[in-house]
This record gives sequence, C-alpha cells and structure tokens, in this order.
Amino acid sequence: MASTQAATPTSAPTEPRREWRLSEVSWPELASTLGLIVMAIFFAVLNPGYLSEGNVSAILQASAILIVLTVGQTFVIATGGIDLAVASTMTLGAIVLGEFYAAGWNIWAAALAGFVAAAIVGVINGLVIAKGGITDFIVTLGTLSAASGLALIIADGQKTTVVEPVLIKLSVNGIWIFSWSILIALALAVLGHVVLFHTRFGLHVLAIGGSEESSRSVGIRTWVVKTGVYVISAGLAGIAALLLVARVGAAEPAANTSFLLNSVAAVVLGGVSLFGGRATIAGPVVGALLLTALVNGLTRVGLSEFYQPLTVGIVVVLAAFITRFNK
Amino acid sequence: MTTDDVLEIRGLQKSFGRVQALREATMTLPRGQVTAIIGDNGAGKSTLVRCIVGVHAPDSGEVLLEGRPVNFANPEQARSAGIETVFQDLALVEDLTVAQNLFLGREVTRGFGPFHFLDRGRMRREAHTMVSKLAINVPQVNARVRRLSGGQRQAVSLARAAGFSSKLVVLDEPTAALGVQETARVEELITSLRDSGVTILLISHNFKQVMQIADHVQVMRAGRTVARRRVDETDGQELVALVTGATAEDGRDAASADDQKERTR
Repeated sequence: MASTQAATPTSAPTEPRREWRLSEVSWPELASTLGLIVMAIFFAVLNPGYLSEGNVSAILQASAILIVLTVGQTFVIATGGIDLAVASTMTLGAIVLGEFYAAGWNIWAAALAGFVAAAIVGVINGLVIAKGGITDFIVTLGTLSAASGLALIIADGQKTTVVEPVLIKLSVNGIWIFSWSILIALALAVLGHVVLFHTRFGLHVLAIGGSEESSRSVGIRTWVVKTGVYVISAGLAGIAALLLVARVGAAEPAANTSFLLNSVAAVVLGGVSLFGGRATIAGPVVGALLLTALVNGLTRVGLSEFYQPLTVGIVVVLAAFITRFNK
Repeated sequence: MTTDDVLEIRGLQKSFGRVQALREATMTLPRGQVTAIIGDNGAGKSTLVRCIVGVHAPDSGEVLLEGRPVNFANPEQARSAGIETVFQDLALVEDLTVAQNLFLGREVTRGFGPFHFLDRGRMRREAHTMVSKLAINVPQVNARVRRLSGGQRQAVSLARAAGFSSKLVVLDEPTAALGVQETARVEELITSLRDSGVTILLISHNFKQVMQIADHVQVMRAGRTVARRRVDETDGQELVALVTGATAEDGRDAASADDQKERTR
C-alpha cells in the first residue's frame, strides 16, 4: 500500500530543496511565542520573583494538564472539528481512576481503566460525527454533558482521595525546573508533532481540514481519520486525568470548564485555524504555557482572581484578531 | 474487440427515476489516443463518465477494461484499476504543497514494524520529476497549492492523474474555468500526455478544442452514443450538426463501417 509506482527519477533531478523563506514563517504561529516573551518581561518588571527558578518551575508544572489537552484539541481542530467534551472526558477518566483505586487496584491499573473510559468517549464522539454525519459541535456538547453526568453518578457526587507516593513524585520530583508531569506533557507534544507531520495519518488530518471533499476523492477514508482525532483527543484527556488526580490528590467530579475553554484558547493562541487544514503542535503548546503564565503573573502582582477570566478572554480575542489581521 | 482498446463499453443503460440518462451507450477508447465526448447539456456525457469511473452503477450493460469486465463500486476501485479522473473541482487541497497533493492518498512511507513515517524527501524528488515531465510553467513542489494559478492547479491535477502508471485518464471539462492563455497551456499538457502514451477520455463543450487535441470524437444525444468520427475526417460544422440532430445519426451499419475503418487502420 505504501509503495507507489510513480515515475522513478531517471537522471538525478535537480534536487528541490526545502527552502526557508521569511515569508513562509507565519506570524500567527510566532505570535504566541512573542506574546509569551513580552508578557514574561512585563510581569518580571512588576514582580522580580516572577522569573525565579521556583516560579518558572511552578508555571511549567501548572501547565502540564492544559498542554496535554491542547495537543488533543489541536488534532481535532486541524480537521476542522472541535472537541467540547475534552475536559469532562478528563473528569470521567479521573473518577473512573479514583473508583478503581478505592476498590484496591494498583494505581497504574486504575489509571489504565480511567484512560480506557476516556478513550471510549472519544470513540463515541468520532463515530457519531464521522459515520452519523452529525455536527461536531452538537455531538461533543452532548458528550460534554453526558461524561460529566456519568462522572457524577459513578462518584455519587463525592470526591475520592487518592494518596499515592508515586503520584506525589509526579508533581514534586523531576529534572531541574521540570517536574515529571511537565516532562510527560512535553513528550506527548513531541509525539503529537511526529504523528501530525511525519505520518500518513497526520497528513490526512491536515488534508481533511483543508478539503474533506478532495480528500475523499483521492481515496482517503475520511471517517477513519475523523474518528481517530476524537480518540486521540479523548485518549490524551485520559492521560491528563492521571496528571489531574496527581495534582489535586483526589478524583473530583468537577466540571473543569476552564480546561475546555483554555484548550480551545491555547489552540487559537497558537495560530491554528479553527477552519482546519493548517496547524502546528508547538504553537498551541506555547499558547497553553502563555495562558498558564498569564494567570500565574496576575496572581503574583496581586490582582484578584476574579480578573483572571476577563484577562484571559481579552488575550484570546486579541490573538484571534492578530491571526485574522495577518491573513 | 481489438486488443488495442483500453476501454470498451457496451449497451450501457442508466436511468434516474423516470429519466433515462443513458440508452444503449456504446463506445471504445483506443490506446494512446484522445477520445472526446461531445454533446448538448443533458446528453448523458457526465452520466456515461460517472458509470465508467464508479460514481454511478449502470442498470445494465458492460464496461470492459483491457478486455475484462469491470464493475467499480466507487472511484477508489476505478483508481486502483488504473482509471484516473480529473474532476472539475480538481480535488486538490489548497493548504497542502504540490508534492503533498501529488501523493495524497498514496504517500510513500518508510519504517519498521508498525511504525511508518512519510518519506518526504523521496516524495519531493518524485513530485519534481512528475511535474517536470509536463514541462510547462512548472510549479515549485514545495509551494502550497493556494499560491498557484488556475492553469498550474490543472497541471498538478493532471500530473497526479498521469503519474501513477494509469491506463486511462478521464478529464471532465478541464479548461472550463480557465482563461485563454491557461487553456492553451492545458491543451498543450493534454497533448504531451497523449504523446507519452496515456489514453485520454475528454469531456468538452468546446468544439474547437476537440478538433485541436482529440483523435476521435464520440457524439452523444439524448443518452445515446449517436455517432463517432475521426477528427481528421470531420469538421466543426458536421459535429455541430450531429450534436443538434440536424444530421441523421449513424445507423447500425454506418457505425460498424466506422468500426471497420478503425480496425483496418
């Protein structure tokens, strides 16, 4: 299948080299990095401790969950879809983890159960959207509600404390300023980058986002790819569930709405088109870092936490505006 | 049938509800030549092509590819059997590069076990060879299709259709959306494709174009294949008359006489 009978180059053709022209570097994709730097300087001036090793480490640690969710969201948005269920899928994964842990399972076995539960939500999302032909927005809005409802039912509205030395190490230990949780998140981001840009699947994700009709005409099984991105998103939410439980020390049936909004916001900040077809992994990851660093900075300069959602909202709309302006 | 026909269709019937789109359509496509289908709107040209490439299933009749009966359930099956179609919308993804579009759906990968990675370097090199063959106004293989002109896009789509050792390339109104200069370039492209040995089925409204680049003309009227001419034995006036019905269609005898001529050639 992978091979092709394309014209074999008879004589060595003039090698088409990958040229890096300045015009190819798109501003929207760089905007989040520039924004992060400018913001870091701004907060460092107001609060000298902002760029201290301890605080940078705290920002990185706090951004791990959002980065994992954002990578998944990027895959979905690259096809032109959206996964509104990503945060409640994480919640469901966390609750399933907590229940199995409370029942005496080994922590890794419980985490695997949580991952599987989350992945099932992704399979349902994907199949209903791709095979059923129902709008992604509606389907994932439905599973958003269904998954958090299921989490409430399973947990009976109660949180389950998960005290496990391994999980505490995940947040506390690590290498230099990087805790294990951010290292896991970054490793998943690198993996996401490789899948998106170096595999057939990733190319087909971008092709479908660019033109689903054309992709179908050239023989791509679009429903498989579309189902795949929702499974990736939900599967990553299942991994994020472990990081969440490690961070909170418990499995709570909370809505986690801010994770949903921030995952979409990070993708937008990362310069990815909401219409699909063009995407990077690095951009949204920096976007996720930026949002976390922003909230951290606002807290450090003593701004009431009530101001944080407002500020995040303004930043996101501003970023979307810059993206549009540059097109 | 002679072995030198790439495709033959016999008595193809297709109706949509009460509308009979094809009635006993019969046609051969000689290897390495350009056959054009002409006819008025609603004459059944598109339906005929769609039956050949697997978009529609004919109600009855046969499609023979190199002498073997084929029955494609979808365009992908036709494609893997060697029938490439360039649709009017070109089926390109604007946000991807020329090279990515050329290999879309049949990417070259390398790897081990379950891990396969795109061989981007090789695809770029081969893409470069594929577009270089067409020689006219070669687009950069790393350029995104969004940046290309209409003629260049058509060239990319043609190169993709021709580049995978296809037996038959079907072109549906390839110049309908192009300007004068680009139309001329695409016509050159089609001719050079033919010269490289590719069999081409061309749907066109443009009689002048048909006279210029086709070898055979198949005239359709009201779902039937009413006449067949060699381009060098006809002229635009006769074709217009055949399309409009001003000239009587070929009778059965006339048709077989035409076939005789073909075979003895």
